[in-house]
Amino acid sequence: MIKSRDAEIKKALAYEAKRQEERPVTSNFQKHLDNLKKAGHKFFRNKLSGVGLAVVLLIIFSAIFANYITPYPIHAGAYVDFAHSNQPPSAQFLLGTDNMGRDILTRIIFSFRGALYMAVLVLAISVPVGVFLGILGGYLKGTIVDTLIMRITDVFLSVPALLLALAVASVLKPNLTNAMMAVTLMWWPWYTRLVYGMATSCRNENFVISAGLIGAGKAHIIFKEILPNCLSAVFTKMALDVGWVILIGATLSYVGLGEQPPTPSLGQMVSDGARYLPDSWWMTVFPSIAIIIIILGFNFMGDGIGDMLSKGDGKDA
Amino acid sequence: MSDTILSIQNLKQYFNIGKKDGKPVYVKAVDDVSIDIRQGEVIGLVGESGSGKSTIAYSVIGMYEPSGGRILFQGQDLNLKGQKRTLAMKKDMQIVFQDPGSSLNSHQTIKEILELPLKVHKICRTKTEREQRVRELLDMVELPENYMFKTPDSIGGGEKQMVAIARALATEPKFIILDEPTSALDVSIQAKIISMLLKLQKEKNLTYLFITHDLSLMRNIATSVGILYLGKLAEVARTEEFFHRPEHPYTQMLISSLPVISDEEELLKPQKVKSTGEIPSPVNIPPGCSFHLRCPYVMDICKAEDPLMSYLDETHCLRCHLYSLKNSQEPEACGQ
Amino acid sequence: MRDYHEADKTILEIINLKLWYKVYKGYSKVLDGVNLTVRKGEKVGIVGEAGCGKTTTVKSILGIIPEKRYVIPEGQIVYKGRDVLEMSERELNGIRSGEISMIYQEPAAALNPVFTIGQQMIDVVRYSSQGKGKSKKEQKEMVLRAINDVFIPDAERIFGFYPSQLSGGMKQRICIAMAIMTQRDLMIADEPGTALDVTIQDQVHRTLNELVEKRNMSLIMITHSLGVARELTDSINVMYAGNVVESAKTKDMFKRTLHPYTIGLMAAVPRLSGGGIQSGIYGSIPDYLYPPQGCRFAPRCRRATGECREQKPPVIDAGDGHLVACWHI
Repeated sequence: MIKSRDAEIKKALAYEAKRQEERPVTSNFQKHLDNLKKAGHKFFRNKLSGVGLAVVLLIIFSAIFANYITPYPIHAGAYVDFAHSNQPPSAQFLLGTDNMGRDILTRIIFSFRGALYMAVLVLAISVPVGVFLGILGGYLKGTIVDTLIMRITDVFLSVPALLLALAVASVLKPNLTNAMMAVTLMWWPWYTRLVYGMATSCRNENFVISAGLIGAGKAHIIFKEILPNCLSAVFTKMALDVGWVILIGATLSYVGLGEQPPTPSLGQMVSDGARYLPDSWWMTVFPSIAIIIIILGFNFMGDGIGDMLSKGDGKDA
Repeated sequence: MSDTILSIQNLKQYFNIGKKDGKPVYVKAVDDVSIDIRQGEVIGLVGESGSGKSTIAYSVIGMYEPSGGRILFQGQDLNLKGQKRTLAMKKDMQIVFQDPGSSLNSHQTIKEILELPLKVHKICRTKTEREQRVRELLDMVELPENYMFKTPDSIGGGEKQMVAIARALATEPKFIILDEPTSALDVSIQAKIISMLLKLQKEKNLTYLFITHDLSLMRNIATSVGILYLGKLAEVARTEEFFHRPEHPYTQMLISSLPVISDEEELLKPQKVKSTGEIPSPVNIPPGCSFHLRCPYVMDICKAEDPLMSYLDETHCLRCHLYSLKNSQEPEACGQ
Repeated sequence: MRDYHEADKTILEIINLKLWYKVYKGYSKVLDGVNLTVRKGEKVGIVGEAGCGKTTTVKSILGIIPEKRYVIPEGQIVYKGRDVLEMSERELNGIRSGEISMIYQEPAAALNPVFTIGQQMIDVVRYSSQGKGKSKKEQKEMVLRAINDVFIPDAERIFGFYPSQLSGGMKQRICIAMAIMTQRDLMIADEPGTALDVTIQDQVHRTLNELVEKRNMSLIMITHSLGVARELTDSINVMYAGNVVESAKTKDMFKRTLHPYTIGLMAAVPRLSGGGIQSGIYGSIPDYLYPPQGCRFAPRCRRATGECREQKPPVIDAGDGHLVACWHI
């Protein structure tokens, strides 16, 4: 343990001198502001989280305002211009054109819409269902409800997920909605598993037992006592999952089971462009890079959210 | 006025922990304990690990169903076959746990924590009435009003425990079980909480079942004390008598192990018995008298036979072969 | 009674130690000028409640606080003439393996559950300065001897046990054995009996006491219980909020209690002789982010005056080595 170097001591003293003048105001607003600052500090502790957040915001922004910011919005629909087909990246078409003459950059950005739409809808359904079943099973562990829920969950988990999605999507008409249904079906069990373990250990905590001894009913315990304790893990997983749902969606559309042409979707762009490798490499490579960036972006942001929601001070070494 | 509010009769709590050689193995956490508690009293249960004191508390409050025996609360049998406890039963009996950190939900505000019992038992009718009552509860435990909006994470251990006590008082119970409420806290905070508990007890004529391992604390708050060893009562007596004339060798060993801070207290300790030996695991209870392996006065009969409760007088009973000259009656609750 | 008056018998001296922890909001000024002296063969007690800085103080002696989390603006810890705070990690390791040892509150946490007792103890011997060159047989003998020294019978059998097979009291005694296996000059015990039952605690304390006296080791005993300190120490230092507020020989501390905090603490302890329960000490420990300017106990003290709130109290010598940090005694 080395005695702190003079420079460090000086810095500490200076910091403290300045801080002493700003005593905390004990108003509610100030408290919320402080909490927000602290959360932000924890989030940005790892620089990559900030990068992830930036990427995510960019994706969302460009998806919403695609019509205004893309160079060739018309290319996202039924458009052909064989005069400009298979053009390499240039000043006119920044990422090149595909075999129908459509600008790849524009189509990538428009594909974000479908991707995000699918992710939001899939999670909006699978998360509440999965979490509720998980808490119910965990809290009622040992009863027939628990057995029923967990065995059904096990069944869904034992089927190879992608296979399940493909099977469902191919039985039904191939379109975005059905792809979403398929993915939702394979997604909820993971939340059930996640929450089941947490609920099982939570229900033995003294505060849950106390609530029961006071006379609270099961509904109160499930929603007011156990659920809040599971939420941080759930939110973190959700943030990470957006990326993975998009990937699965891309996989489905790669085999033609997602968004149908002419609406652009990343997986389909990759699959269409694969035929033209290695000559018109830009048709496959850029959509693939886009997929990678999306996944990394959500992953880094998800890590940041995990850090932000974790207990602790945020100043650990 | 002094009716028996709680009557524990031959309580047995055996936990199945698996099989050995085909036969199920049990941990006899509580083995035939009988206690009668009168209204307005503070009964102390003292014991070390494996004594069963917490198990008794949890059986009384309803966390475990007894393997044998009965528990009568205000005359009613709490564990009628197949029936769960009624809300009315839960209202009159509350518990405060040892660890303040885990007995409060860190995701709720103090206000929500204290409102829960009010809502469940429909004690107040309107929202404003409830809020007023929460203020009163905080005032009762001498916490400032603005604590209503704090979360348990931002207050100290002693204050958390006071919130837990306020929550126990919210339903206006008649009987409160306190399971080592101050063992995790410093001595100055303990003093504050205990003196507040005693004040409330006198004001509202509450009855406490106070569990602890700290005999010095017990000396100053309990009206009667019972010592448990490996699931059985070793000695029960009124406090004065208990410390003045501790008869059971285990009691003497416990008292002589206490760290005290004055010479006069030192003189009160039984000097002849020094602590020896380990506490056996409750899975492997020694045959005969469970204490015989550590007892300085062990006799042959102690190794073979488990002594029955004998009575030195009406309020002082103990289980020891040294005293089983008198009254080897059926194990019966020691009256106060 | 031993003779403490020779200054050259001092083996550890903490001089005006200040330590600030880095936290999100700034610096938590936990230690505010701790002064402590330990002489050879002396059993020194540090008594204080939760959050007073006693564990931080002893961790600083061994240098085991994670590097980036603290700042030491002032102070020295002089062990046998050298300032520990100036030592390199290598020199510190030498001290940790050969001169100062520490036992902790939770014996279960201090022992690795997947190795046998024997394996863990041999590891300690192997890397210590006294055990390095010896053969495996000699090392094992050192271990067995240590187990015997803490009054555990049948050392050979215990050698092969896993920690889960031992009771709490025995685990703590093994920790003590690990700490004394090689000759040490100073042992630091951080609330060693707190996690144990009271009868077992008594046994462990007695074992510790006999060992320390037999080997003429110095002992720093941390506890929050005045009763334990009374039984086990030659002198007591009472800490409050990062300061040693009162320091005296044990008998004197109980005969003449001078600092208002110590007085309050003694009054709060329930007595075996009865007498009811006092209402404790008003207030709570200060927020180390915004500590009081003057005496840190002033907000809770009945005798506090303006002077107390503005200026740090001096350390007054009340005779016979009894030191008190107070303006009004």
